[in-house]
Amino acid sequence: MSLSENRFSYLFRSTKGLILVAIAMISLVTAIWGTLSGPMVEWGVKAITVKLLGMQLHPWQREGRIIMLYHAIAMAVVAIEVYIITSIVPMKKHQQTNINTIVTFGYLMAMIFGLYFAYFGHNFVFHGLFLVGQSLVFFAGLSLAAALWPWNKEYYLPPDSPYAHTKSGVDLERLAFFTMAVATLLSATWGAVTGSYWGNGHETFLAENLIRNPHKTELQHAIIGHLHIMVSLVAVAVTLIVGRWMDFKGLLHKWAMYFMIIGSIVLTAGALSIVWLPWAHAIIYVGAVGTMMAALLYVIYSWKKLIHDRTAELNLPKANGWQKVKALLHDPLKFGSGWQMVYMNFTVSGVGIFMAIKLDKIFRVWPAREERITLTGHWHILAALIATIIIMYYADISGLKGKVRQWFGWIVIIGSDIAFASATIFSMKRLFVSEYAQQPIVHSTMLAIDFGLGAILIFLALFLIWRLFDLFKQDGLWKKEAQHPDLDVNRVIPVTGLDNSEQEVKK
Amino acid sequence: MKRAIYLILILTLAFSVSCTSQEEQPAGAIPYVDTGVSDTVWVRIPAGKFYKGQHRHETMIDKDYEIMITDVTNAQYAKYLNEALSAGKIKLVGNKVMGYYKGDPFNGFKHEIRITAGDKLYFPLDEPGVRIKFDGKAFTVVKGFENHPVTYETWFGANGYARFYGWRLPTENEWEKAARGTDVRTYPWGDEIYPNIANYISSHNLFEKIFNKSITTTPVGFYNGKTYEGYKTLDNRSPYGLYDMAGNVWQWCGDDYPDVHYRYLRGGSHENYEYNLFVWARNSAGPGFYSMYFGFRCARDAQ
Repeated sequence: MSLSENRFSYLFRSTKGLILVAIAMISLVTAIWGTLSGPMVEWGVKAITVKLLGMQLHPWQREGRIIMLYHAIAMAVVAIEVYIITSIVPMKKHQQTNINTIVTFGYLMAMIFGLYFAYFGHNFVFHGLFLVGQSLVFFAGLSLAAALWPWNKEYYLPPDSPYAHTKSGVDLERLAFFTMAVATLLSATWGAVTGSYWGNGHETFLAENLIRNPHKTELQHAIIGHLHIMVSLVAVAVTLIVGRWMDFKGLLHKWAMYFMIIGSIVLTAGALSIVWLPWAHAIIYVGAVGTMMAALLYVIYSWKKLIHDRTAELNLPKANGWQKVKALLHDPLKFGSGWQMVYMNFTVSGVGIFMAIKLDKIFRVWPAREERITLTGHWHILAALIATIIIMYYADISGLKGKVRQWFGWIVIIGSDIAFASATIFSMKRLFVSEYAQQPIVHSTMLAIDFGLGAILIFLALFLIWRLFDLFKQDGLWKKEAQHPDLDVNRVIPVTGLDNSEQEVKK
Repeated sequence: MKRAIYLILILTLAFSVSCTSQEEQPAGAIPYVDTGVSDTVWVRIPAGKFYKGQHRHETMIDKDYEIMITDVTNAQYAKYLNEALSAGKIKLVGNKVMGYYKGDPFNGFKHEIRITAGDKLYFPLDEPGVRIKFDGKAFTVVKGFENHPVTYETWFGANGYARFYGWRLPTENEWEKAARGTDVRTYPWGDEIYPNIANYISSHNLFEKIFNKSITTTPVGFYNGKTYEGYKTLDNRSPYGLYDMAGNVWQWCGDDYPDVHYRYLRGGSHENYEYNLFVWARNSAGPGFYSMYFGFRCARDAQ
């Protein structure tokens, strides 16, 4: 193979290469589209971007544009999760290849044509191609669900396996991945059905603009359910992925998988039934408790394991409290995956519960725009928290070591947590400061948000520049990664009845 | 590890410094700026259709109406408070101006709050930033703010003002037609926005620029093409000649929709990005809520 073929093969045929391409695409979109809002407008950067790229930003199309942007980024995030799942969950090689190929074409089409349609003039050919892209992602999801079929006896676990399984041997983690995949497919149809009415009775809207409408249509409810459950299921998938990363097993694993499976089903049922049921929130709360319990058990397990592994490495069988804390914080990437889940409770779940309790006394009295800030802040924080966990996972599989690993990991944790805490304070500021005296809080929190996110983005950019330069090296990291196209997984699963070609992806 | 601790300390220090270095907005007098626009002018809007909302639904208003070309000013509101106090229509309870409201129909809908008949808060006198003061005898305006839009009035207070003079608050439809005219423009003056055409977040703090004073509102009719101390404004009149239908302060509308207790506001304010200034952008709050970003103007049936 020629040099370019080698690199192309790495980027589009190996798991790490595919993830790198998707992260680079998301970063590119974030870098360009991030110049269109916030202080960038006042600094004149937006005007330069719009002029330079020839964007057509008609005010009456604003909501539609934002929805397309969300979808463009979400498709790439889903693709990253799919790449990881097809690599870490046992399946046949041809299934992995097919799924990855379809989802890659799908997200790239959805991203490129969707953004072109939304931001560069309404060429409906591109809108059609955007839909083709999303359909391909959906089809990849169907193929993934089929590949993950948990009652395939090839993938049953032996009775003495430390990983969660039923008495008959069904791998409960596989069942959790399967449940998540099926729930995601079902939830995608809620958006797709409503989208099919676009221009045919359904008008584009942002959910946060409808919060105070007492009477919403079924289609509007469907979208509200769709967007909430999709981000929740992306979070479920990430939690399962990092569980595999940390070799989650034992009793906590078993409990966590039951919680995750039942939680995912109930949460999805609740979010989708909002179309018909006025009390759907009660179902959602039950489901959310299940998935959050699973995450909590993961955090307990992973932190215990980090402490255990590090103290064993340092030969400290009777480590004191401080030594244990140091051991826990030794690897920011692995610690961070659990910490961000804990932190979510302060900046997302806690805020959500507080809002629900105080809804009629505070939030439904305040201006809608204040309530909207809280809602969109909470939404963006959750999405960004998920992104940081994916970034930490990717940094680990890229082989970051030593001081670079420490700096990268802690910058991601501290930078994002400063930004999220500041966004939470900003959105809830009216609870503790009057409008007249709010400007210092507004300025400080905005500064801290920009600082925190800016630090992460700079380090992420440096990381991607390093990976870009690496691609030009004869024997760069890319070459090593190309030779090991799948991710390392600690689990060992016995494989029976397969020929050699099938066994190569088995872990 | 030490470096990381130093970094955290430096960040904490930088953050705390940024928290304390912001200047407080002055509560005292400011220079009076004459815009040349009268706050007593009304304009007649003819009956007929207009295109409502972002999705441009053809909507009919079946009778002519009149609407103020500017927001109600501090001077006008202070005058009203004095007249209403003399007439026994409002009363002072502590530092609050209270007045009667007849109550809303209540359907007990989810999240709907019951608004009963009785005395309601019209205007708080003790909030920092309020430009109308009571000296024990009369209501007066802090010098220089006479022609700025009144703020901090609740919906009850805005409605009380309008009813006292036999007027009303405009419905959302009336407000939007007055702002947009009969075409599909985005802003009252057209489809583009510039920092010197309306008082919104990208205008920064205009009075700080001109007078070295940190004041958030601008006098009504300020953006009329006139140049102030070297600062050139653009004319932001709507097709019917209304000023400040985008930016400066949100404006209360009169609708009381079934199943909700909220009252709706239009126009965006000086703290908002441009998308809040679109003619179709809405805001809402409970009728007893007051804000330094909320003002109003009145409407009446055509004479």
